[in-house]
Amino acid sequence: MTVDLLAKYDPLIAEHAGLLSTGIRDPFGIVMEKVLSPTEAIIKGKHTILLGTYNYMGMTFDPDVVAAGQAAIRDFGAGTTGSRVLNGTYQTHKECEDALKDFYGMSHAMVFSTGYQANLGMVSTLAGKGDFIILDADSHASIYDGCKMSNADIVRFRHNDAADLEKRLKRLPPEAGKLVVLEGVYSMLGDIAPLPELVAIAKAHGCMVLVDEAHGMGFFGEHGRGVYEEQGVADDVDFVVGTFSKSVGTVGGFCVSNHPKFEILRLVCRPYTFTASLPPAVVACAATSIRKLMTATDKRARLWEATRRLHGGLKARGFNLATDTPESAIVSVLMPDQEATALMWSTLIELGIYVNMSRPPATPAGVFLLRCSICALHTDDQIDTVLGKFEQAAQMCNLPLAVPA
Amino acid sequence: MTDRASVYARIIELIDPLNTKKVALLETTTFAGDMEMDSLTVMDLVASMEDEWDILIPLNMLPDLETIGQVADAVYGLVAKKG
Repeated sequence: MTVDLLAKYDPLIAEHAGLLSTGIRDPFGIVMEKVLSPTEAIIKGKHTILLGTYNYMGMTFDPDVVAAGQAAIRDFGAGTTGSRVLNGTYQTHKECEDALKDFYGMSHAMVFSTGYQANLGMVSTLAGKGDFIILDADSHASIYDGCKMSNADIVRFRHNDAADLEKRLKRLPPEAGKLVVLEGVYSMLGDIAPLPELVAIAKAHGCMVLVDEAHGMGFFGEHGRGVYEEQGVADDVDFVVGTFSKSVGTVGGFCVSNHPKFEILRLVCRPYTFTASLPPAVVACAATSIRKLMTATDKRARLWEATRRLHGGLKARGFNLATDTPESAIVSVLMPDQEATALMWSTLIELGIYVNMSRPPATPAGVFLLRCSICALHTDDQIDTVLGKFEQAAQMCNLPLAVPA
Repeated sequence: MTDRASVYARIIELIDPLNTKKVALLETTTFAGDMEMDSLTVMDLVASMEDEWDILIPLNMLPDLETIGQVADAVYGLVAKKG
């Protein structure tokens, strides 16, 4: 007899079916029939404002970016059909890595096929048997998976807690290799890391430091490099990991570094070596977008303005937000439980507003969230529409709101 | 000198507030199966045990620690090694 390997998922199947049996739309089954712009799409025939795309800088439809992709697909074809270390590195890939080196002011850049693979590859390759990886408890799944794939010993410290990090580092053998993994912005609650404290402690204990700037690239710091730049710790960060699927507006991942031996990683990093490279059109789009982001100061200012408008507006209407002030371009609304979250999410989508529904174990501390990510191209009118719909949805769902102070 | 019995007793005290299913806490009780603890709760519990005895329990050890008894053995071993 065959054991059904999917039987282990029966409880989740039942939970998901139970959720849908209440008549709500599937929060994890959205299809965008048409994408009108970085901020609008047609979903189930309805014109919808997108507020959960991570498309922070609105580069997906930038005419220069689109033109670069079209030229690359014409000149280099639809795909590379090969690994970066064999036949999968084209001129377009080199130009993309050059754009990253210029953007970050660093001497080395390595482009992976996704951001997930960049973390998976860097974390698992840097730390091996006998080494230690020290990671923030709220780290992204790709970092946890990179830890699992490494043969290192894994130590987890309390989220953004410098004292807890120090306590745990003191227990480690001084002679062991150590990698501290941090994120600039934590994407569930939208809070940022106190990098100066964390990095100083890591360095004092002889650790190398990797910072994931997936949600910070494009609009933190003078050059848009991320939270680590804004907080002035660039000299003490050994590796910066990032993604093309947020501010850059396409797909892909990368790591940049000034480490003199960095290039050897191309030959030993399995998630880099043993997969096909990105299509030429994707890296051409990314290179063009990255170069435009270097000087996108007006867009950065606009993104922060729209973020403050949404955060302030939700707060004034009595919604319970994950951060007291807008720390990043993610604004998360704390919800009481799964049922209320799903109902509110479903009501918002019927009203033409798309946000992300997030639930444990993706979220820390078992919280349920309606997560909004803002785009520099959201107009004040769109934000005001969103605020009105949030208020209307809360009434329709009988969601208790705080009385504004 | 800490003995295994006192380590075990203290572990039970640390688990108790997280035992939301109110299952009997025995040497053979499992975290994921019997107590239905999610992975985040397990990791938080590990952190509290590390702090209790000032030891290091790397997360990669966890797949081998399914029961309370196995955790007690592991913690006692680490405490004894520390001297």
